[in-house]
Amino acid sequence: MATPHLPFDVPPYRLSGAVYGALLNDPAQLVALGDAVHQPPYRAPPQAPVLEVKPRHTLSGDGDDVFVPVGAGEIEIGASLGIVVGTVACRVSMAQALDVVAGYVIAGDLGLPLGSHYRPSVRLKARDGFCPLGPRVVPAAEVPNPDALVFEVSVADEVVQRGTTAGRIRGVARLIAEVTEFMTLLPGDVLLLGRPGAVPLARAGQSVAIAFAGLGRLHVRLVAEAPVAGQRA
Amino acid sequence: MRTARVAYGGAIHHAVPHERGLRLADGRVLAEDAVAWLPPFEVGTVIALGLNYGNHVRELARELTVTSQDEPLVFFKGRGTLIGPRGFTQRPDGVKFMHYECELAVVIGKTARKVGRAAAMHHVAGYTVCNDYAIRDYLENWYRPNLRAKNRDGCTVLGPWFVDAADVPDPHALALRTLVNGKVVQQGNTADLINDIPALIEYLSEFMTLQAGDVILTGTPEGVSNVDAGDEVVTEIEGIGRLVNTIVGDEAFGRSVAPGREPQ
Repeated sequence: MATPHLPFDVPPYRLSGAVYGALLNDPAQLVALGDAVHQPPYRAPPQAPVLEVKPRHTLSGDGDDVFVPVGAGEIEIGASLGIVVGTVACRVSMAQALDVVAGYVIAGDLGLPLGSHYRPSVRLKARDGFCPLGPRVVPAAEVPNPDALVFEVSVADEVVQRGTTAGRIRGVARLIAEVTEFMTLLPGDVLLLGRPGAVPLARAGQSVAIAFAGLGRLHVRLVAEAPVAGQRA
Repeated sequence: MRTARVAYGGAIHHAVPHERGLRLADGRVLAEDAVAWLPPFEVGTVIALGLNYGNHVRELARELTVTSQDEPLVFFKGRGTLIGPRGFTQRPDGVKFMHYECELAVVIGKTARKVGRAAAMHHVAGYTVCNDYAIRDYLENWYRPNLRAKNRDGCTVLGPWFVDAADVPDPHALALRTLVNGKVVQQGNTADLINDIPALIEYLSEFMTLQAGDVILTGTPEGVSNVDAGDEVVTEIEGIGRLVNTIVGDEAFGRSVAPGREPQ
């Protein structure tokens, strides 16, 4: 299997490779759970930002092939805004949060369909290449309001979703403030605002594109994993 | 072979044990407390296991809302949470339950993708000790354990030595223990791992490529208890190392909590 290239050099910024993503950051996701939010195993709505780590093996870049496991069926295509940190950010206030942003990049939050939000879903989401970033980092000065960016997702060249970054539980500034309260972010780190409430599906053999107004268009192609493991030792 | 990474005299050095402390690659011999100790290797992805000792699962059974487990409980950590030996870990003022977790850390030495159990140990470069702190006050039942409880700055201690796999004949027969202010508070043995090292490498490499420098924190046995600012916490594993850390309060970080104000 080809190793997806790591898009650490995304002009005009060099990424550190550290990527953290917000989960359940669209109110629609909790609304969809209904009363289950108050029942076991959850018992109460989330208080702090719900986050995941996107390790280096999950990163891929614009134009890469992303391998889908055999028998996986359809995978979820979560479109997310990526916030690229530009300065050391530790305990940043909401008022100063946008000052630590170097720019923005499009991110794909791919995953096999998820049954539960109780446990970290690494086997479903933290697969090789499942977090494409690109095609470039757009300087923050060129993005006047990151909390009102429209985007669209296309599968096999057909638009299947139109959405916006507006109306999230935590917008960009609040997310930065609440995350850096306990986790210092460094220049080149990326924080994902998170996928929207509903996500389109795609399957092996299809191309996927995520376009954000002002940020460009990120493409990947879903490819079926070879049925026989290539590197079995 | 045991190696450490330390900062001394304005540079980062590789070091080996010496009867008077440690010896840098350039020949200088230094006392243990003359250097700043860093995590002992260039750390890639940090992969942590929860509930990987049966006795620890039983210990937590009352607060777990789901106890059945059909696959390993795996979560990742970011780089900001890592610190080396002899460092300081923050206990936020006002929390009720912050605890250590003594864990065997398995360092990957060779890329692994879809590696079966039989070949798994060939991908292990070596071992070190981890103290994987948790603050239970911040646990929530969403993607549990959530990052606010487990991925705080400076809450994952690694070291002091990276020990070559060749020097550890059986990593599944190592005694672990934790001492707080000199008193033994946690004891276990890696023989009791629910998912042993080959099982973890097989499971993980089925869906992700493990790379050199990635580290698997294999989980902790029973015996977690609260620690307070000022406590010295020593996590040690037979044949691997003795890892020292000290708990400090908010004031060391220039933050203070107003009287009566609950932490967020």
